[in-house]
Amino acid sequence: MAPTGAGKTLAGFLPSLVALSERAAAKPASKTSTGLHTLYVSPLKALAVDIARNLDAPIAQMGLPVRVETRTGDTPAHKRTRQISRPPDILLTTPEQLALLIAHRDAAEFFSGLRCVILDELHALVTSKRGDLLSLALARLHRLSPDLAAIGLSATVREPDELRKYLVPQVLSPPSAGGRIHTSPNEAQVPSPERERGRVAVSALDEVTDPTRALLPPSPAMGGGKKRQPPMADLVTVRGGAKADLRMLDLGRSLPISGHTAWHSMPAIYDLIRAHRTTLIFVNTRLQAEYTFQELWRLNDDALPIAIHHGSLDAQQRRRVEAAMAAGQLRAIVCTATLDLGIDWGDVDLVVNVGAPKGASRIMQRIGRANHRMDEPSKAYLVPGNRFEMLECQAALDAVEEAAQDTPDARLGALDVLAQHVLGMACADAFDPLGLYDEIVSASPYAELTWESFEQVVDYVATGGYALRAYERFAKILRGPDGLWRVRDARTAQAYRMNVGTIVEAARVRVRLGRTLRSKPGTVLPKGGRVLGEIEDEFADTLTIGDTFLFAGETLRFEGLAEDEALVTRAPLGTDPAIPSYAGAKFPLSTFLAERVRAIIADPFEWDRLPKQIGEYLQQQRRRSVLPGERDLLVETFPRGKRHYLTAFPFEGRLAHQTLGMLLTRRLERDGLRPLGFAANDYGIAIWTTRDVSERAARDPDFIGDLFAVDMLGDDLEAWLDESAMMKRTFRQCAVIAGLIERHHPGLKKSGRQVTISTDLIYDVLRKHQPDHLLLRAARQDAATGLLDVRRLGMMLERIQGRIIHRALDRVSPLSVSVMLEIGRERVYGEGADEILAEAEAELLQEALS
Amino acid sequence: MAAGLRLEKTHKHPTLLLAGETLLLDLCGGVWLPEHRTLIVSDLHLEKGSSYAARTGQFLPPYDTRETLACLHEAVIRHDPARVVALGDSFHDHRGPERMEPGDRAMVAALQEGRDWVWIAGNHDAAVSEGVGGRYADALSLGGLVLRHEPSPEPVPGEIAGHLHPCGKVAMRGRAVRRRCFVTDGIRLVMPAFGAYAGGLNVRDRAIEGLFPNGFTAHLLGDGRVFSIGRAQLARD
Repeated sequence: MAPTGAGKTLAGFLPSLVALSERAAAKPASKTSTGLHTLYVSPLKALAVDIARNLDAPIAQMGLPVRVETRTGDTPAHKRTRQISRPPDILLTTPEQLALLIAHRDAAEFFSGLRCVILDELHALVTSKRGDLLSLALARLHRLSPDLAAIGLSATVREPDELRKYLVPQVLSPPSAGGRIHTSPNEAQVPSPERERGRVAVSALDEVTDPTRALLPPSPAMGGGKKRQPPMADLVTVRGGAKADLRMLDLGRSLPISGHTAWHSMPAIYDLIRAHRTTLIFVNTRLQAEYTFQELWRLNDDALPIAIHHGSLDAQQRRRVEAAMAAGQLRAIVCTATLDLGIDWGDVDLVVNVGAPKGASRIMQRIGRANHRMDEPSKAYLVPGNRFEMLECQAALDAVEEAAQDTPDARLGALDVLAQHVLGMACADAFDPLGLYDEIVSASPYAELTWESFEQVVDYVATGGYALRAYERFAKILRGPDGLWRVRDARTAQAYRMNVGTIVEAARVRVRLGRTLRSKPGTVLPKGGRVLGEIEDEFADTLTIGDTFLFAGETLRFEGLAEDEALVTRAPLGTDPAIPSYAGAKFPLSTFLAERVRAIIADPFEWDRLPKQIGEYLQQQRRRSVLPGERDLLVETFPRGKRHYLTAFPFEGRLAHQTLGMLLTRRLERDGLRPLGFAANDYGIAIWTTRDVSERAARDPDFIGDLFAVDMLGDDLEAWLDESAMMKRTFRQCAVIAGLIERHHPGLKKSGRQVTISTDLIYDVLRKHQPDHLLLRAARQDAATGLLDVRRLGMMLERIQGRIIHRALDRVSPLSVSVMLEIGRERVYGEGADEILAEAEAELLQEALS
Repeated sequence: MAAGLRLEKTHKHPTLLLAGETLLLDLCGGVWLPEHRTLIVSDLHLEKGSSYAARTGQFLPPYDTRETLACLHEAVIRHDPARVVALGDSFHDHRGPERMEPGDRAMVAALQEGRDWVWIAGNHDAAVSEGVGGRYADALSLGGLVLRHEPSPEPVPGEIAGHLHPCGKVAMRGRAVRRRCFVTDGIRLVMPAFGAYAGGLNVRDRAIEGLFPNGFTAHLLGDGRVFSIGRAQLARD
């Protein structure tokens, strides 16, 4: 049995260790290193450091002449310099550091002897812009070292072929290039030695090189005409060990219709913690983490060491929690996705997932964090927070039973990331645009990139890509008489290095505990208190003095902002937090689980497998309204109080529903129904109006169908994008990644809040004057799958055409109650800025009159 | 405007009395003096975008001058002023006029045609700019009004100034709205910045609040009209 955390990953290094010891044996006299042989890339720098430690031991035991080093953001400058001049045999690093390395002037020499690159946690990397950046770096490595073999290590995914393509050059490439993808159904699995030995470095490429490609400028039609097998790495699959012991936590009591806190399950979760060595408790949002942590401590009569871990907490505090966990000092950690990846915890014997599972693969990976031993089953509980989440948990259990996966589709490479890369390549060396284009389209996310788009990116990097040629004389990269592009000067290269990477953190403010003066109640001393963590600027912006909110496991009172810090005090015991939530990771329900939930609802025979109360709930819905078929969309309209409501249940996830709500309110407004606002959750939306939608639908039988017509995604979407705050946030990320806005600037102190000009202003101006600009295209591409999930909305609208079931009811139905309860609990959308201003103005008038 | 909005269309451009003169607070962020047929705009910051390319190598969209002038054009069409006063910081830096595109330069000339055009000196453009037409002044008196770039430290009745880029923030039910605004205590007025890329300073900042020891009202530029908000309803940043 391999020690935990040293299985799959160490196996990935085995061929390198063999090759390196042979290399040393062949040249016993030479003491000097023969250059970098193996590169390991991990999404987390802590993981790279951890692997280095785990490699050192076997290397020392076997007495191998192999030098292993890490290179992360923490590596001191002198060591970096030395690593370039005297490279180690094996280097462990992150995608961002790799981007910097290939942009180094000595990159060609540094990587010329590279034989092997290992990409760890590849399934997690490829779903983001970091994966795009890494794919471009990999394309460069394949060019610098044609004999390179790429090995990917991944948990099981739905489409392994996508990962196999990711590893090898897609079109033009040296025929000797090869790669391997290595998947295992459970992170814990160690490949069997037989398989390891049987694995040979097979070339994944056959004679697919198209001779015309080398001569002609590439055309957009490339690859579209001929259907042929794309180059792919070998696939090595390790079968799972013992099956996971996964079940839904059944309290034998009825669950609320809405809400995600699972407050009713806290005593049961506490009992589970007591009955196990170490428990990992996963939740979906930071708010939920805070809530769960607080509730567990309320119950914690045994004073068990229970900790909390999420991305907003102070980094030092997080490190302390991780260290305590590794040392086996904790009985439980409440955590968000921050611990989805990471160092393997030896002693975890139970995983609890509170709230909706959201996706089958996500749940399986979380379960895999427990009990990294082949022969023992991982033990895990799903804890639903409400009745719908119960359906979702059942769907997830079914999926796990069948080992069905729902990892996201392969990404289309982002243009903002490409812009960053092109500048980096100019920093490394002068580049020939044709050569660079060929290299870029060999990376699978960019295989479809057209020559025109590439030219636009180069133009953007050079002078901003504006129709108004205002910046020619400031160009960042310049084309010489030899046709090659070069970086303008050292300052530009330095600015590139300071801004590399694709992770755009929201601007944040520190949360500092202020001290109150006992002699003068109400006064808060700004200094001296400790820093509890950070909150997003956007959240801080919505706080007014006196607001209370949950943070770092306590209810805090906001006392104001001082010098970019949010000052808080502890709220008196028993204070309920007034502000419902603050931004944190929220994953939408996966398409796959949504389908299964719809199928369960549609089939009464399925209900027998569910807790009784769910069956009764669905029965009631069938009596009072109707249950939609698997592919149908149920729309209900009914009056309540002085308002009229429209609810719909697409089951497409919160993000797509928010976009749908925005667009539907626009249409209802135009139709004169006077919508006032809407609320959305993962399952449906509720819109309330002044006028009667049922009555309109009775007069016009096509009304509801037209409301949900696919053309919603035309002009209405365009008009909404103009003002969407989420679109502006998306644009800001693209602007930062593409270097339009520099996060860090040579010679200036780093900025958080003081990012030059508000990107919202830039967005407004650019949209008006050059709507086809590269960065707006990049933002739209992100909007399709990101915060606005337009693509999923489009798929839903296609699905439901002709399948809308409308019921005009005289009162709210059981199903509709679930989404109605979101009103007041979640932020209400659709309120214009002017409405809020009008309300504040009314308060002034009130004062004047009283 | 967001969906579901119901607003009265009255007070789109509210009026105000200052030192006996009538001021119309235009939704675009300018002040219209009907009796003097004068339009005042402050802090245009023309060529702010291009100043970043020159100084830091960041290529911001170079359309801010065009956008700012287009808004000014609309206000000029609306009021047909005999006089336009740019209340200082009209250019983001003193080399701004050199960097201006010929099309934008022509636009400025067209706006100036047949009008008295006054550039008041600001701190960003203290040096007199060449070749952009109009006349230059450090300050200007109109009836009971005094027009200058920076507000005087002590209250001056009838003073209209800019410089501070006031913004008001209203936070309510988990949402915050931050907009440019006019600030006044009935004695003097500070105008919002007009430039497309001009940033803003919260009116609750000491630099602005200190000018109005007896309180103030902020007139926020909404999407559809100007809103008058009391100090008590305005949040700090």
